[in-house]
Amino acid sequence: MAKSIQVIDDVTIRFAGDSGDGMQLTGSQFTDTVAAMGNDLSTLPDFPAEIRAPAGSLAGVSGFQLHFSSSDIQTPGDAPDVLVAMNPAALKVNLKDLRPGATIIVNTGAFDTKNLRLANYNTNPLEDNSLSNYNVIQLDLSKLTLTTLEDLPLSIKEKEKCKNFFALGLLYWMYNRPLDLTMKWLETKFAKKPDIMEANKRVLQAGYNYGDTTEIFTTRFDVKPAQLPKGTYRNVSGNEAIALGFVSASLKSGLNLFLGSYPITPASEILQELSKYKNYGVITFQAEDEIAGIASAIGASFAGNLAITTTSGPGLSLKLEAMGLAVMTELPLVVVDVQRGGPSTGLPTKTEQADLLQAMFGRHGEAPVVILAAQSPADCFYCAYEASKIALEHMVPVVLLSDGYLAFGSEPLNIPKFDELKEINVKFETNPEGFYPYKRDENFVRPWAIPGTPGLEHRIGGLEKKDVYGNISYEPDNHEIMVHNRLNKVLKVADFIPEVEVDGEAEGELVVVTWGSTFGAVKEAIRNVRENGKKVSHVHLRYLNPFPKNFGNVISKFKNILVPELNLGQLSLLMRNQFNCDVIQFNKVKGQPFKVAEIENKINEVLGGTNGK
Amino acid sequence: MANNIDNVVTQVKYTAKDFASDVDVKWCPGCGDYSILAQAQRSSPEFGELKENIVWVSGIGCSSRFPYYMNTYGFHTIHGRAAAIATGVKLANPKLQVWVATGDGDMLSIGGNHFIHACRKNVNLKIVLFNNKIYGLTKGQYSPTSEKGKVTKSSPYGTVDWPFNPIKIAAGAGATFVARTMDRDPKHLQEMLTRASKHTGLAFIEVLQNCVIFNDGAFSHLTEKDTRPENVIYLEHGKPMIFGANKDKGIMLDGLNPVIININDGVHSINDVWVHDENDTNPTREFILSRFTEVEGLPTPVGVFRKFNKPTYDGDYHHQIEDVIAKKGKGTYEKLMFNANTWEVK
Ligand code: SF4
Repeated sequence: MAKSIQVIDDVTIRFAGDSGDGMQLTGSQFTDTVAAMGNDLSTLPDFPAEIRAPAGSLAGVSGFQLHFSSSDIQTPGDAPDVLVAMNPAALKVNLKDLRPGATIIVNTGAFDTKNLRLANYNTNPLEDNSLSNYNVIQLDLSKLTLTTLEDLPLSIKEKEKCKNFFALGLLYWMYNRPLDLTMKWLETKFAKKPDIMEANKRVLQAGYNYGDTTEIFTTRFDVKPAQLPKGTYRNVSGNEAIALGFVSASLKSGLNLFLGSYPITPASEILQELSKYKNYGVITFQAEDEIAGIASAIGASFAGNLAITTTSGPGLSLKLEAMGLAVMTELPLVVVDVQRGGPSTGLPTKTEQADLLQAMFGRHGEAPVVILAAQSPADCFYCAYEASKIALEHMVPVVLLSDGYLAFGSEPLNIPKFDELKEINVKFETNPEGFYPYKRDENFVRPWAIPGTPGLEHRIGGLEKKDVYGNISYEPDNHEIMVHNRLNKVLKVADFIPEVEVDGEAEGELVVVTWGSTFGAVKEAIRNVRENGKKVSHVHLRYLNPFPKNFGNVISKFKNILVPELNLGQLSLLMRNQFNCDVIQFNKVKGQPFKVAEIENKINEVLGGTNGK
Repeated sequence: MANNIDNVVTQVKYTAKDFASDVDVKWCPGCGDYSILAQAQRSSPEFGELKENIVWVSGIGCSSRFPYYMNTYGFHTIHGRAAAIATGVKLANPKLQVWVATGDGDMLSIGGNHFIHACRKNVNLKIVLFNNKIYGLTKGQYSPTSEKGKVTKSSPYGTVDWPFNPIKIAAGAGATFVARTMDRDPKHLQEMLTRASKHTGLAFIEVLQNCVIFNDGAFSHLTEKDTRPENVIYLEHGKPMIFGANKDKGIMLDGLNPVIININDGVHSINDVWVHDENDTNPTREFILSRFTEVEGLPTPVGVFRKFNKPTYDGDYHHQIEDVIAKKGKGTYEKLMFNANTWEVK
């Protein structure tokens, strides 16, 4: 029977199974293939919070969602069109997220009494009609895999482990994707284990053939390549991109990169990633605690390295006192906070944007720092790079805010050429003539004189400094001058950062203001409401302190300002304070990113009956 | 910025004056810190380092004002974190000789964690702990080295906590050079600083330091001329451990128990006396020595308890970097960004 191919714009697929079912791997293989075919894409894994939850249990379900498209996309998709459920628990956990009528591919081999009980199913959902609103495809993946591998000299357990590749092969067939990238990957990965390589390759092919030959499937889908800007692309997660951004800044500035860090979810991957780059001269100091992480970085900065520290909210709290020292000694430092649900241990594996005020005001005394927030996984690269540039050129601590959603989500990065990256101008002071450690230039920046430089021996520290000279000073007037110097230096950064751009009309009924990872969902939502004839503008902030110079003026041109945030209104508070403006808050604190539909609904609600015109 | 790991041996002839900064010293008159500063300035020319390659890092407390008075690079940081910050300095530029000036509160209370981990890793730092057994800067509360029962401003009825023994902690945590000296013994203090400067690895020196204001006389039985001989034993490598005004007392090891003998009593002789071996490969005797201050009647040892060599953290770290560069070649932007699963959009 000939099978038709239907062209669709985009599709969202979620792979879900036990932690041991290889769902992350299956998902990333599919991602690589889709990427190579020129689709735009966005992915999001969903790891179980427990490291080794019992097999088959609800707590042990691991998921990987992939959204790919023939046009430009910003999110991993609100509601999957396809779910691959390797066991009952995976079905149970993920069913509520699917769009009505979605396709569910279930591995019936895992739907036995024990697994059903572990998933808290009283009756088998495949038999009780509860899935009648979905297009359910039942396959015994375990059995199909074992049959494919009958003649191979592997144990049943080893053979069974290949079943994710059956599902992958089938999906490649369904979405008209070639097998060769994954085949090649298997050849390299299992070069030393030819039996395992052969088994996986066979199963992958068998899954593909199964789609082709059986009567179960009548339609295949195709998603054409997206019109992406020219260039060489690679897929990056937010954490990976941050690491790459820092190494790039190190290469550009000519300074060694020093990371002082303590493992913490969801930031540890940056430490792990950077620890690989020894041949780039990168030093990763895994410290005894969060404080030693930042403290060692401050020491390295004093000694002339590009110094950074990485953490999440609880760690940032521990680092705040030391950040004050970096503010006082005016040393360059980048502090990365990959935000997670808080307070306290909170929701370590879930996302939130509730550390903005901590970054802004967490320290004692008047201790301003520069704050940037990344808007997407690929943007993490540029933010890490720019944070380094600002810290080094302005002798100032910079906080870079990411979050759990960006950290693990991935999308293609159009890799810039080295000479396309902005210059980073670092000048170590070497001239003893007229040298004073706190003598500033026109941007309020003090000289960086590093140990080892003859004739510039000097002392710095946390006590208030005499303006220009840097000796300890308790004079009342001097303290006030220095407080303003440190503030002015931060404010001056506004002269060096781009102004905000308005996506849409420059004035009107409604502007939506975003920061951080809410960018993607809002951008897609605005595109959708515009398709319905509504007029809405969008302003996204990558710089939160200081704000871009035109920001206040830009938002003043709108009747309504909507600020969606994954917190209880932190940017809203800063905006009201600084611009004395009315802000409509839209807040969500569920440890989950905004869905596109939630933003659309809110926009429609704010516009009321009008179209924003 | 290449990391040059070679030690530069200076040809420059310095004097103590070269190491004095132009800042007015502001400790209380009579404070033991003055002597420590003077001895550090006097011994610095012997450290074999160019002045610009020496960095003093401190935390918070009276002792931590120290870097301001040394005409080297200096960093007066925050409470307890000096060891961690110094580790960053040393790792970032292993060419530097990095010293830490700290106190009993700074290093053993709030900074305890950083201290033990710096010792554990054998970071090539020289840590000088000014032990005055009191919080001076905050005006007289008990410290983690205050003796049990000590009456202070925050313990009007006496403390109920047991004190730390800094030597024992340093040795136990893995410091590879462990010594004790006293503010009131300038020559010995200079010798210990100079010897620490020559050690490769974490060198720890406890300096018994008198706080004239809040804990005056805490060590007077050790420092005063008339009582010192009976209460202090100078550890000298290869020499029998004898002490006393008449040099007639010796330490004998009875199993693992140190006992005091009279070498002239006709029963014992100099041959029974424990001979100090600072290069002892076994730390057992170092521990026995460290406990002298906890045992009633035994003299307080000063000098080098033990020193040994093992690879340093910063040394190994930079060797690893060199090894990886040798194996993989120096990283480039091209390799970093394009050596992945890339694809072209035309
Ligand atoms: S308070 Fe004590 S330790 Fe501090 S400077 Fe005065 S005498 Fe010295």
